[in-house]
Amino acid sequence: MSQTNPKAPMWVLWLPLTLFLGFAGLAAYMLAHPADNTVDSKLVGKPMPTFNLPPALPGRPGLDSKVLANGKPHLVNIFASWCVPCRVEAPQLGELAKAGVPIEGISVRDTTENLQGFLQENGDPFQRVGADDDGKVQLALGSSGVPETYVVDGKGIIVYQHIGEIRPEHLGLLLDKLKDAAE
Amino acid sequence: MIAELGRAALWLAAALAILQLVAGALALTAKGSALAGAVRPVAVVQGLLALTAFGCLLYVFAVTDLSVKLVAMNSHSMKPLVFKVAGAWGNHEGSMLLWVTVMGMAGGFVALVERRLPEPTMLATLAGQAFVSLGFYAFLLLASNPFERLSPVPAEGNGLNPLLQDLGLAFHPPTLYLGYVGLSIAFSFAIGALVTREVGPAFARAMRPWVLGAWIFLTLGITAGSYWAYYELGWGGWWFWDPVENASLMPWLAATALLHSASVLAARNALRAWTIMLGVVAFSMSMIGTFLVRSGILTSVHAFAVDPQRGSFILVLLAIYIGGALLLFGLRAATVTEGERFALVSREGALVFNNVMLTAILGIVLFGTLYPLVAEAMGAKVSVGPPYFNPMGALFAVPMLVVLAIGPLLRWRQDSFGRIGRNLVIPAMLAVAATVVAFAIGGIALLPFLGLVLAVALAWASVLPLRGRNLRRTPLPTWGMVVAHFGVAVSLFGMSSESAFSVEKLVAIRVGEVAEVGPWGVKLDTIEPVAGPNWTALEGRLLVRYGPDGKVTRLLPQSRSFWAPPQQTSESALLTRWNGQLYAVLGGEAPGPDGQDRWQLRLWWKPFVPLIWAGGILIALGGVLALIGRVAADLKRIVARGKIAYRRERQGR
Repeated sequence: MSQTNPKAPMWVLWLPLTLFLGFAGLAAYMLAHPADNTVDSKLVGKPMPTFNLPPALPGRPGLDSKVLANGKPHLVNIFASWCVPCRVEAPQLGELAKAGVPIEGISVRDTTENLQGFLQENGDPFQRVGADDDGKVQLALGSSGVPETYVVDGKGIIVYQHIGEIRPEHLGLLLDKLKDAAE
Repeated sequence: MIAELGRAALWLAAALAILQLVAGALALTAKGSALAGAVRPVAVVQGLLALTAFGCLLYVFAVTDLSVKLVAMNSHSMKPLVFKVAGAWGNHEGSMLLWVTVMGMAGGFVALVERRLPEPTMLATLAGQAFVSLGFYAFLLLASNPFERLSPVPAEGNGLNPLLQDLGLAFHPPTLYLGYVGLSIAFSFAIGALVTREVGPAFARAMRPWVLGAWIFLTLGITAGSYWAYYELGWGGWWFWDPVENASLMPWLAATALLHSASVLAARNALRAWTIMLGVVAFSMSMIGTFLVRSGILTSVHAFAVDPQRGSFILVLLAIYIGGALLLFGLRAATVTEGERFALVSREGALVFNNVMLTAILGIVLFGTLYPLVAEAMGAKVSVGPPYFNPMGALFAVPMLVVLAIGPLLRWRQDSFGRIGRNLVIPAMLAVAATVVAFAIGGIALLPFLGLVLAVALAWASVLPLRGRNLRRTPLPTWGMVVAHFGVAVSLFGMSSESAFSVEKLVAIRVGEVAEVGPWGVKLDTIEPVAGPNWTALEGRLLVRYGPDGKVTRLLPQSRSFWAPPQQTSESALLTRWNGQLYAVLGGEAPGPDGQDRWQLRLWWKPFVPLIWAGGILIALGGVLALIGRVAADLKRIVARGKIAYRRERQGR
């Protein structure tokens, strides 16, 4: 007859405590190092998608993605005249343009008249503005809203994705990223 | 004034907890035995003071006293009274006060009525209960004072999370808390028994009703919570393996195992150290769950009360209590492990198997809940969901359910399958029939398929222990076991059917159009605005019809906008038939190109889904029957003992 003896070996008696101490250690570590909930952009390190957007303004070239790989870092800004935060970031873009940063614009679902009005009112930092009338390039860039800004290095690789408007306190960060991209 | 009264009561209760701890501990020594008489009354008064404090909190919430910070943060004068009162525990501070109140009341109740155990064990138990309470009093008074005043007094409160403004949910947390904290009694009993080394059938019998009581509340709380998530969140699911849900499931698994091992200890004086261990683990799981949810170190979809600063405080409490109890266990258990022997094929054998499987499932759930933490400490981000929990849980749940069908038929000590084999012919045939039917229907995934087959067989097998018995004389605990096990089968059938046969449809239709889902035809009749006490809503009127010539019934799902605090919720509409539920959620408006607007509708037909919760209620009902039976038997014994003592006295002996 098989008999079951419930007497357990000594080490088993200490197993629960050991497990608990492991848990407590982990929990203490996690409390000391709170979770970093920032989501890293999946696009960083990837090449810019290929596109060739027609000019959005008369007399200004459109945006071809080949231009972005011309050996110099660029700032690509997705914007629209109907977007309120884009007005907020306009002075910062103006400053960057003054500092000599080449800024390329992608205007999303816009009309020429509205765009002209917007640039007249808020300043025009753009070298080229491509018209993304159906938002296809915006989608390809993984952008969920406007404005978004990308730092692209001389080889056309995305170095940094900035979601939302550029505020004055972001200028230093963007200039650093541009400097990194130039190296 | 009332707030200050509550605060004073809380401080007094904490002071009495210190007294209870010191007196209880000293009374165990030879010199301090005179203090023994003080412990029980102190425990009772401590419980009453905690209750007073909680009563004060209920009052300030009921009258919306906005000078109390907690009220201003979590209530609003425009809320229905029931939600004002429920707001008292719908936040961190209030729920912690509820926690200590239940803990103090439970300790007081034990002190008042529990007289079966040797007095030293009781003193150690009550001292242990006071020790645990003390930490939570300290936590409340030092780190989360619910009675803090606010100056200047705001004109209006912030309101309660609209998702929580639901009658079912108003009573869900207190139910769960009665369960969580009721397990603290089992924890204290285990500590008391370890201190005095008195582990035996008497200990198991004394502990069992308390565990049963807590387990009933846990079962009901989890069932209610699951149903709430099902109809209120509008996702159509009933269990999401969310950390908060796991936090309630883990103590339940431990308590279920404890109930079964306590039965073995009570009947056969075996599994002694194991039962103690489970007593410690069950309440530890309640505390760990609370910690995980409150500290915010795990991200949960329904984290209503997160505060990382308080996490360290609770962690220290956990380390002291759980670490201390497990240390005591390691030191003492070696001297209590030896118990009676039994054969592999016996009632004990089956119960040990059940315990091992339940513990394994507990381990799986705990690991899955903590794994994202481990991964994050290593620098990776993962979320663990049904693809892990379902198959891994089933790996142990399926053998456990098979043994559940057989175990109750086995005899204690030693038995053979030959003796009970004949009884199992019908369940086995039912399982085969269910297999054939499932194959005929086709397209059922493995787990729901196993669930359906097992549920059918188990439903029959679970009532077999009543066979050949005089039903009137069958003890209530046996009825309880049968009802609870039958409830498991019912719930399992509901779960399997829901996942095997549910039909889901997302449509965008115009007013007047008809959508089909499963056997139902759903016509969008009108969309009207409606208003409630603190919300406005768009209400869709659906005319639904089961089958081509069924009766037309109205269904009114709403898309609600609350204004304090501002939030959108969707109030799903449910239609229950005997064979399932139709579930409708009204989504947003989608502008059509031709100017005619379409409305998004999410429709589910879920065959037999209500059985999930019906089974849960049956399981709890089984617990109630067992509890009544045990308590009645104890009362009978006490009365009989009193009669004998009285007769002896009269005869001058």
